[in-house]
Amino acid sequence: MSEVILETKKLVAGFGDLDAVKGIDLRFEKNSVTAIIGPSGCGKSTYIRCLNRLHEEVPGAYSSGEVLLNGENIQGLRVDPVAIRRRIGMVFQKPNPFPSLSIFDNVCVGLKLSGVRKSSVLKEVVETSLRAAALWDEVKDKLDAPGVSLSGGQQQRLCIARTLAVEPTVLLMDEPTSALDPISTAKIEELVTDLKKRVTIVIVTHNMQQAARISDRTAFFLLGDLIEFDDTSRLFTAPKQEQTERYITGRFG
Amino acid sequence: MERHFDIELRSLKNELIKMAGFVEQSVAYAVEAIRAQDPNIAQTKFKQIFEVERKVNQAHKDVDDACVKLLALQQPLAADLRLIVAIIKMNSDLERMGDQAVNIAHNSERFLKLEPKQTMEDLVVMGDEVRTMVRGALDCFINRDGEMARKILALDDSIDEARNRIFSEMKTYLKTHPENIEHGFNVIFIARNLERIGDHATNIAEDVVFAITGEDIRHGGSKGV
Ligand SMILES: Nc1ncnc2c1ncn2[C@@H]1O[C@H](COP(=O)(O)OP(=O)(O)OP(=O)(O)O)[C@@H](O)[C@H]1O
Ligand SMILES: [Mg+2]
Repeated sequence: MSEVILETKKLVAGFGDLDAVKGIDLRFEKNSVTAIIGPSGCGKSTYIRCLNRLHEEVPGAYSSGEVLLNGENIQGLRVDPVAIRRRIGMVFQKPNPFPSLSIFDNVCVGLKLSGVRKSSVLKEVVETSLRAAALWDEVKDKLDAPGVSLSGGQQQRLCIARTLAVEPTVLLMDEPTSALDPISTAKIEELVTDLKKRVTIVIVTHNMQQAARISDRTAFFLLGDLIEFDDTSRLFTAPKQEQTERYITGRFG
Repeated sequence: MERHFDIELRSLKNELIKMAGFVEQSVAYAVEAIRAQDPNIAQTKFKQIFEVERKVNQAHKDVDDACVKLLALQQPLAADLRLIVAIIKMNSDLERMGDQAVNIAHNSERFLKLEPKQTMEDLVVMGDEVRTMVRGALDCFINRDGEMARKILALDDSIDEARNRIFSEMKTYLKTHPENIEHGFNVIFIARNLERIGDHATNIAEDVVFAITGEDIRHGGSKGV
């Protein structure tokens, strides 16, 4: 097995008195793509939002257990969540470019906030990130246009470029293509496969074929529990658990 | 919860069973032709085999079309996917079994025309074993019985032995009756045709196990998907 870069141990998380995630142990290998699947409300979003400490921003939210990035626990007061979110970036279901910012500024806003001013550096990072997000050719002549003037699929790739600009180690994606048409979806899927050379990716998806196409490993969640975690090729052809079988073949309910 | 897809899978399964029924019939005719020893009876069986052959060819295409359609439109996973993949493979094994039945028809037609007349008792025994194996493999598929499928596989050894016995008896016989070399060839060809049918039945039994458990037991097995 190759190097484990991110890991959760007995991770419990919830809201008020609801346990949405009930003690999940999972390991993510470096430069791999892991898909998380499971029915609505099973705790997928809650789980990945714990990985970069976004979960704690929700009023009434709590969590326990460990999240280890390169073996180091990133939970707790002594770790700065903002620094963590730079190392573990996130892309959401709905593209969320900053409405008042240009394409250029959307990509480099993170760097600017961390004090980088030199325009040659910013230009280079913007170009590299947009290229990595497979958006450069489409926007290189209109970098000053507002980010929100792009199509939904382009906006999503813009958000990916923005996340990549700060060179994260891990990229979390929560249903990143659920609002996109098939062509934009295919572009993001291609991108995921390219990006795993530089980052480790965890992607939540409701699309079984998408999970099958792009991930190396797949985790199946049900009611806050991890039911099965295996190589994607194995899980989608011969799952070990009856519940997984029923879910992926659409026999649930 | 029954899915609409379950209905389509059931109808696909039935199409394959229909195909299997034709092929089984064809193998049965072939064995009866060997048993008959009478050129007239054999002639009727040959005609029947050729008639069934046309139905086999049509069913072969129908099953493949249905599989491709389900793969494209339903994008099946897990047990659904394994079932369709197994059906595609079984379909092609069945088609080849049908071809072997046709070959048996040709070979025994030639044999029965030869003088002096000879019997084919060993081939009759072997033919019955092959029929049993084919029936068994198809029953496993119909009943989704992986345990029985594993048992059916053992029958192939006995069929191989029968073929070896026929080969070596023929060798001995031809040493003393070299003038009957043509008889000898035909017997050997038919034994070979029957053995191939057994091999295809083996494949079908292995595909049944794969469809049910995901385990790949071919070539000594172990590593599954
Ligand atoms: N802000 C919140 N306050 C209270 N409960 C919440 C909150 N967010 C989620 N929950 C609850 O936590 C559980 C897990 O929700 P979560 O969003 O993690 O599910 P999910 O697997 O991502 O679902 P989906 O596939 O619909 O996105 C659900 O029961 C949900 O109602
Ligand atoms: Mg969610």
